[in-house]
Amino acid sequence: MAGRGWMRAALSSRSLVLGAVLTALFVGAAVLSFFWTPHDVAQMNIPGKLQPPSAVHWFGTDHFGRDIFSMVMVGARTSIAVALVAVGIGMALGVPLGLAAAARAGGLLDEVIMRGNDLVFAFPALLIAILITAVFGASALNAIIAIGIFNIPVFARLSRGGALSLWKREYILAARVSGKGAVRISLEHILPNIANLLIVQGTIQFSLGILAEAGLSYVGLGAQPPTPSWGRMLADAQTLIGIAPHIAIFPGLAIVLTVLGLNLMGDGLRDLLDPRLRRARR
Amino acid sequence: MRRSWRKMVSAAAALVLAAGAAQAQRTDITVGMQLEPPHLDPTSAAAGAIDQVTYANIFEGLTRFASDGSIVPGLAESWEISDDGLVYTFRLREGVKFHDGTTMDAEDVKFSLDRARGEESQNAQKALFSAISEVNVIDPLTVEIRLSQPNGNLLFNLAWGDAVIVAPESIDDIKTNPVGTGPFRFSNWVQGDRIEIVKNPDYWGTPARLDKATFKFISDPTAAFAAVMAEDVDVFTGFPAPENLAQFEADPRFQVLVGSTEGETILSTNNKMPPLDDVRVRKAIAHAIDRQAIIDGAMFGYGTPIGTHFAPHNPAYVDLTGLSQYDPELSKKLLAEAGYPDGFTTTLKLPPPSYARRGGEIIAAQLAAVGIKVEITNLEWAQWLEEVFRGKDYGLTIVSHTEPFDIGIYARPDYYFQYDNPAFQGLMEELNATTDPTKRAAILGAAQAMIAKDYVNGYLFQLAALTVANAKVAGLWANAPTQATDLTAVYWKE
Repeated sequence: MAGRGWMRAALSSRSLVLGAVLTALFVGAAVLSFFWTPHDVAQMNIPGKLQPPSAVHWFGTDHFGRDIFSMVMVGARTSIAVALVAVGIGMALGVPLGLAAAARAGGLLDEVIMRGNDLVFAFPALLIAILITAVFGASALNAIIAIGIFNIPVFARLSRGGALSLWKREYILAARVSGKGAVRISLEHILPNIANLLIVQGTIQFSLGILAEAGLSYVGLGAQPPTPSWGRMLADAQTLIGIAPHIAIFPGLAIVLTVLGLNLMGDGLRDLLDPRLRRARR
Repeated sequence: MRRSWRKMVSAAAALVLAAGAAQAQRTDITVGMQLEPPHLDPTSAAAGAIDQVTYANIFEGLTRFASDGSIVPGLAESWEISDDGLVYTFRLREGVKFHDGTTMDAEDVKFSLDRARGEESQNAQKALFSAISEVNVIDPLTVEIRLSQPNGNLLFNLAWGDAVIVAPESIDDIKTNPVGTGPFRFSNWVQGDRIEIVKNPDYWGTPARLDKATFKFISDPTAAFAAVMAEDVDVFTGFPAPENLAQFEADPRFQVLVGSTEGETILSTNNKMPPLDDVRVRKAIAHAIDRQAIIDGAMFGYGTPIGTHFAPHNPAYVDLTGLSQYDPELSKKLLAEAGYPDGFTTTLKLPPPSYARRGGEIIAAQLAAVGIKVEITNLEWAQWLEEVFRGKDYGLTIVSHTEPFDIGIYARPDYYFQYDNPAFQGLMEELNATTDPTKRAAILGAAQAMIAKDYVNGYLFQLAALTVANAKVAGLWANAPTQATDLTAVYWKE
């Protein structure tokens, strides 16, 4: 497909555009927060607490008088960093495992890897994340590891499934005949052909990661104060929702919109990248 | 047809009225509280939740706290003190019966006090009884307590929940089926949910006006708010979300009682952990803290600033907040003097109450402003007791010391702040040996000043007693001179 055609297809997909715009908005806010926020997030101003949104404080102030807009910006950083690294862990470990399993399909290695995956899958992810943080202490790092571990089987299964169907193709057969080993074939022929699957799944897992981080922070097991985090902002706002609803609404909206954006983008990307769906559309 | 309609309507109206009248004479109450007691024996655990259920309701001591904190007769009708202050003779009330029907007499008093101060005592406040050398039964209604040295605090000490009178007949099951002498008797405990007590018809004193009371445990502040709003609980003592009080005050269905407690809320400091073992560092921390910001930010304005470990409503209180006024510049200077011009890093471990969690975030920000970096860790109560209170593995923590008149803990070098000062320990010994009120006040003043000048801990504020109740409930304690929910005088107004 020519570059221009691809762009046109991308722009004609409303969900992809909307999703990408929302995602870019939050990634942009997170990046921007490294250089600039309207106010210092650590700056407390107790006499000016719980102010409603105004020209000075666009999203109002929280119960310590901190600027909520700035906190949402920096909170995006926390959420995105945790989710990104967690997806990275899942891909870096899950994809090679899945490829290895596919290369030795039906063999002992395949069984060991996939049953191990089933084992991890069998536990509710958030529960184990709570267990991990309870044992090793609550911190953003442990949240990343906990969420990351549960991304491994997702990517392992996906890449094994994708790779299995490819292993039967003639060009793989040709590569084998020409003497390439399983590792080279997996890397040179299979990986590029399942990349689209991985990207789509990565987007979905990314949004799940953001939700998981918010959930863990909400129960106090994610990023520790004073690092701003959307989940903890919600938890802090809980008892104040009756007198100052804005302090719950904005971090809540941030979570909803980010997750929505990533899901829309994932859907759009799938439509665009999946060869089968592409054919069906034509 | 028309007639019968009318009849039905009037009958229905009568029913509604009758129901209304029945409702107006409510004799049951549901009291919400945050923590569930681990068991119901006030004489073998420090948990305040036990006293909140049992004190003055189920169990009584020889003396007791009145709602204003004064000491009044309890099971002892009167007492005489010998001239040398070494012999206390208590005259017990006649006709007092335990809930199981057995008579409360001098033998029970001896049993209770000997059990509390004995070798194998599990009592959390054993020090209360340290001055007692022997307890003698003179006759069934007379008990003599002999002291090894004069103790001006004895009557006060005997009023604590840890010094209540229990019976040898029922001691084995006391943790699950407490049998006392109070106006209510224990009825039922649904673990994790509620404890029910019912009126004791054979009470020796003024009987309770309620027939039944239920203590319901709601730990989550949001759930507590919802439970009061929905009128699922009639009273909530120690309401955990001060930010919601304004809403209750504005609502005619509710009343808000703001009183004083014995809870000195302090930034407890590990006096043995470097660099916190340096008094200049502790002084720097004290000057870096803006108390008013903490009271306003964490407690929404409820709380009185304190400068030492002493309750402001106590007559012997000395206002020492001036020793640690908010002065970040001085703080930085002190840090530089102590050899930490760029500050240092330590831990701040926070138990669940909002004064600690919110206060901790504010203190972290205030300390960061002078260069001290604290790593916040939020702990559940069990973890806090294990790591901080018993394990002493912490740099800083925030907790409210709710026991009345507990400045004596500074004389215990193994206590979790590990303050070991022989001069202070000497003062406490002197205090225990003094009965003259003026001299005692002078010693207490010196003791307050000593710990304030040693900056043992960061002294933040006196916790306010926050109670939210249905507007029709009367007779509740506004102040909390000890951890108690005395329901004896509580009733429903029309």
